[in-house]
Amino acid sequence: MTRTQATDTPAPDAIRPRHAKRRHWLLVPAGWSPLQRWGATVIILVLALAGTFLLDPYRNYLLALATAYVCGTAGLSLLVGRTGQLSLGHAAFMAAGAYAFAFTSNALADAEAPSLAHLLLPFLVAVVASSLLGLVVGIAGARLHGPYLAGLTLALVVALSSITATFSGLFGGDAGFYVSVERRPEWLASIIAQEQWQAWVGLVVAAIVLGALSQLVRSPAALRMQAVRDDEPAARLSGIDPVTTRVGMFGISAAAAGLGGGVLAYVTQAVSPGAYGLTLSLFLLVAVVIGGVGTLAGAVWGAVVIVLVPELTSALTEALPLPAELSQRLDGNLAIVVFGVILVVVMLAAPRGIHGAVAGLVSRLRRHRGRPGAPTPTT
Amino acid sequence: MSTILLLLGAGLARGAVFALFALALVLIWRATRIANFAQGAMAVASAYLAYLVLVGTGSFLLAIVTVLVAGAAIGFGMERGLMRFVPSRSPLNSIIVAIGAVMVLTGLLGILFGADYKPIAVPFSREPLEFGGVAVVSPYTLFVFVVVAVVVAGIAVLFTRTSLGLAMRASAFDDEVARLNGVRVSRMRTIGWMLSSAVGGLAVLLAVPTELGLGPHSGDLLFVNAFTVAIIGGLDSPVGAVVAGLLTGVLLTVVTTLWGATVGPIAILILLVVVLLVRPQGIFSLRKARLA
Repeated sequence: MTRTQATDTPAPDAIRPRHAKRRHWLLVPAGWSPLQRWGATVIILVLALAGTFLLDPYRNYLLALATAYVCGTAGLSLLVGRTGQLSLGHAAFMAAGAYAFAFTSNALADAEAPSLAHLLLPFLVAVVASSLLGLVVGIAGARLHGPYLAGLTLALVVALSSITATFSGLFGGDAGFYVSVERRPEWLASIIAQEQWQAWVGLVVAAIVLGALSQLVRSPAALRMQAVRDDEPAARLSGIDPVTTRVGMFGISAAAAGLGGGVLAYVTQAVSPGAYGLTLSLFLLVAVVIGGVGTLAGAVWGAVVIVLVPELTSALTEALPLPAELSQRLDGNLAIVVFGVILVVVMLAAPRGIHGAVAGLVSRLRRHRGRPGAPTPTT
Repeated sequence: MSTILLLLGAGLARGAVFALFALALVLIWRATRIANFAQGAMAVASAYLAYLVLVGTGSFLLAIVTVLVAGAAIGFGMERGLMRFVPSRSPLNSIIVAIGAVMVLTGLLGILFGADYKPIAVPFSREPLEFGGVAVVSPYTLFVFVVVAVVVAGIAVLFTRTSLGLAMRASAFDDEVARLNGVRVSRMRTIGWMLSSAVGGLAVLLAVPTELGLGPHSGDLLFVNAFTVAIIGGLDSPVGAVVAGLLTGVLLTVVTTLWGATVGPIAILILLVVVLLVRPQGIFSLRKARLA
């Protein structure tokens, strides 16, 4: 996408956040009005929806999974990158969204609610439930730095399976329960497969999340977050309340993750604590770091990577002539090892992740051609 | 009466292991200002090596020696091979790299040993002894107490009575001044990692027979518990880690006896939230230590 001339008068460089030019032009070009940004989001969404016709059902299913992870990683990426708060508990927020979605969807199915309500209401309840949980954790963690918040959110995600086991009458224990969801409309059934419909639902939800977060990134709130992250006393002097800023971002981030959990519950049509364990939390963190901390485009990259790598490793273990037991051990564990290695290597060698690398490459190319208005490359 | 004593004994034994593991966290925090989120996975890896030795030789003593040596070696490798290259701009970086190490270690352990839990046989009975008709503690619990007491005393002596301990305290307190005084700060950091990792491995090995069972994810819950203990005690305070560990162990045992084992992690979560809300700097920490 090329950089277009802004319609409104752009702010002078000195008061615009410096990263805005160099990091966010891929998804959020600097100087676009909200209308232009939502327009771009809708165009990309329509293109993505059309693109699902090129995929077979299984790949559409993977795409639907990726959109669920995009919701989780987008919020987490902004939380880590913009406010400097590390959450290892985003799987728990996704779980909150997924269970809330499941309860609502099953209740609506029992009540034989109209199909539109059955499709939309569960997502609404999911986002409310997860943002409430996010606010509670955010308030507890607002005064905490680095390792303390990470430890608190880690305890949250580790306690999750205990919570579902203790209240197994409500949550169905370790096995979880099935979710009765609203399927694709009748008139679409002859045109698209169920998996493609799931991908559509996921894409629409992800587009809403990314669209809303991209507004947030370009709003004064983003500037406040960075002020709090970089220099809390200075932020206080400027009249910014660090606690409100942190708690707010935590709630928003949890809400996005909860929508992702809703999509996951919708796509898999089941909820169980095993799906939202520590591993998922760590995968989300890996995705954020691989993609590029603090960027929305990076969150999309990262979500694609965390869907594809397990597919590739299990394809590899199936292709290799290994004894059944070893291949069973490799399956799953190999993906975790690969992710761990990627996480460490990216953190040490390319802290700005895929998005940083791509953005750097593109801006270098632009400078080469000497186009006017090209963003100045940094680092 | 006897139930209360038995609960107290079991709780203190559990707490002693938490205290030991939390002490490992405190050691690294004091030496490097890093909260080592890989502590659990590192300790479990060294416990697996001890398990191999135990299966091969049948000697629990040899297993303990192995876990100490392997723990120190893993700590050395982590510090020299990984953590010292992490850019220290933000405390998040070292946490993220440590989590990468957790994924690599647990994944490798899962591939090598499978996901099933390995039993570890101990040379001490786990049946409680009776004193005047009242069952109090088992010989294995007593053994755990003795080992933990020896290690804690050893660490205390090391830090307060030896020149190595002085040098380590100096580099933790102010690395620049320490360096000017001829202390090899980076060597002290490495020693801190080795010491901490050995202590953590020992804690896991002691907890495996009664508490955890040995599996690739044994370290997850223990790490969360020990992290809670370290927070309660104040990450800076070894005394705090020990006292908070014992208290938490008793609390957790009472809670799980009353309401069942699944309530344990929920109780820990609530405890952590309450402590962080009420006294985020920890009960035994005097200075402002929260700024990571």
